[in-house]
Amino acid sequence: MVAVSSWGRLSKRQHEVVALSDRDHVIQQLKSSRSGIAHGMGRSYGDVCLNPDGVLWNTTGLDRFISFDESTGLLACEAGVLLRDIQRLVMPQGWTLPVTPGTQLVTVGGAIANDVHGKNHHVLGSFGDHVQRIKLIRTNGAATECGPDLLPDWFSATVGGLGLTGVITEAEIQLRRVPGPWLATETVPYGNLDEFFRLADDSEADWEHTVSWVDCISGEVGRGIFMRGNPAHVDHRPEPKNRKLTMPLVPPISLVNRLSLRPFNMAYFNLKKRQAGSGIAHYESFFYPLDNLLEWNRMYGPKGFFQYQSVVPREVGREAVRAMLGEIARSGEGSFLAVLKTFGNRQAVGMMSFPQLGVTLALDFPNQGERTLKLFERLDAIVREARGRIYPAKDARMPRDLFESGYPRLKEFIQYRDPGISSAFSRRLMEN
Amino acid sequence: MTDNKKKIVIAGATSAIAEHCARLWVSEAAVDLTLIGRNSDRTERVAADLRVRSPQSVFRILEADFIDPLAIRQLVDGIVAEGSVDIVLIAHGSLPDQAVCQQDLTACHEALTVNGISPVLFAEAFAGHMQKANRGTLAMIGSVAGDRGRKSNYVYGAAKGLVTRYAQGLQHRLANTGVKVVLIKPGPTDTPMTAHLKQQGARLASVENVAQLIVKGITQGKPVVYVPAKWALIMMVIRHLPRFVFNKLEI
Repeated sequence: MVAVSSWGRLSKRQHEVVALSDRDHVIQQLKSSRSGIAHGMGRSYGDVCLNPDGVLWNTTGLDRFISFDESTGLLACEAGVLLRDIQRLVMPQGWTLPVTPGTQLVTVGGAIANDVHGKNHHVLGSFGDHVQRIKLIRTNGAATECGPDLLPDWFSATVGGLGLTGVITEAEIQLRRVPGPWLATETVPYGNLDEFFRLADDSEADWEHTVSWVDCISGEVGRGIFMRGNPAHVDHRPEPKNRKLTMPLVPPISLVNRLSLRPFNMAYFNLKKRQAGSGIAHYESFFYPLDNLLEWNRMYGPKGFFQYQSVVPREVGREAVRAMLGEIARSGEGSFLAVLKTFGNRQAVGMMSFPQLGVTLALDFPNQGERTLKLFERLDAIVREARGRIYPAKDARMPRDLFESGYPRLKEFIQYRDPGISSAFSRRLMEN
Repeated sequence: MTDNKKKIVIAGATSAIAEHCARLWVSEAAVDLTLIGRNSDRTERVAADLRVRSPQSVFRILEADFIDPLAIRQLVDGIVAEGSVDIVLIAHGSLPDQAVCQQDLTACHEALTVNGISPVLFAEAFAGHMQKANRGTLAMIGSVAGDRGRKSNYVYGAAKGLVTRYAQGLQHRLANTGVKVVLIKPGPTDTPMTAHLKQQGARLASVENVAQLIVKGITQGKPVVYVPAKWALIMMVIRHLPRFVFNKLEI
């Protein structure tokens, strides 16, 4: 047994870890295993990747490419391959993952199971939109292949299915052409939420990537920094040197706290405000700003942290975000990692996919116990009333009624579950 | 071979350490790589991955009997007949259960053969050719376990000790030639072979880091490479512990 935490470091419970490394051997391993859940890099924040006292099938050893067609951009690989390894392989050949989340240190299997999204949702949807084939192994030993045109119901259940329909062992992804590793960017400060929504709307047609940092201490005003970017052709620019720092230890208390939050946010807003304007950014620093600070999750101290990410429909978006920011500012909690972004009008592939038309707010909160959980209840009320939903990949505590109302296809999804698969998340919110 | 791709041969190509070394080699430059494995399906999968990483490289897959001396001789002669080799990495092995080896002599015999005799036969088969060509680097993966016998895994340790002593002798034999012999001694590494150690809470080095250090050691042609380097110090202490202290240790 090994103690395993997810990215939020809220718990450190014992798991029996079974390493999957030979894809022909997986069927045997699953058939002879107790109930478990696939676990890749453990980058989901809450408990979708945990199974305390049970089995974790570690997929990071399934890290082989299978084929890549340089003329069509179709890539086949095992499910434990990291998005980083794909990007580094294909970028020099003029290809890229069409959709990428805020860290590239996640596996392909995890990206599919959580149907992750990126800054370009309004143009290209979520990760699952670009998956052509999934190989799924069930714990009874059955191997299934599915895709948008092959057993589409299984495909729809598995994309965003939180690993509960079987273990994903292989996938085919349609990559996308890019002119190179650079993006032309623009940084625009905004003074309030109205300005944010105007910027978001104005950027939809001409900018592929949009995201914003919101100053969570500014409360209902909602000031922040809007960032947008487009892939760009840049000649003869040396790629930046990769300098990695590691958060060397877990500080005894969270470095993000009531004392540090205000000055940090002020400083960050003013610094970025001064850097406003156009620029050129390397894709790694644009998409994955935190990947060079290894183990940054330690900064929240020994009790770990929550992330609260919701999406609320566009019609009520402004009011709901205003209300949430107000609650957060009044509570004095929050952190400088706060993201506000609009999602486009696209039907998600997965039954349980998180992205939907609207606006999403994501914030880290150091775990202050009851006080933090009480704040979340107030945020839940706002999300509930707005008919929004919470992102399972980030969640460790949402109430069941909000899960059920946020994911209306849950009953349909449950029919596709593998009875030999269970996670802390599924036991918390789906009985087993 | 008409071009000047580096010619590399890996025995035990499906071992996690070997696979990661191969990834590093193909990412540096296109190479001419021969992969020898016990199971050609598994070896083919490793090759497919490398082919994606380096479409310009040339790959050859050979299925081999790792026990039969004549088969090894034939296989190696065949490889060398196509041109002299720049790097040979002998990487195969499997970590036996010590307790089983103590009960079951067949298991003990197999552990000694796979981890000790077989790598030595492979090395010996290449050594003569390399000496004749007066070039190339022959690298063997030993283990820190071969430095001093310990009750928790001395059968494996004995086999790896054989590799150590053999490499030492080969280094002596080839000292005044253009051939370099590199003995690599990894500490416990996070691979499928050690999955059960990890279950028991052992801290293991990542296979990516270990592979990086091995490739660097091979490039430099160092006679003995401990990976990670801290194991050189740890094993020096362990080798020199007086018996009355050593015998009290639960290692």
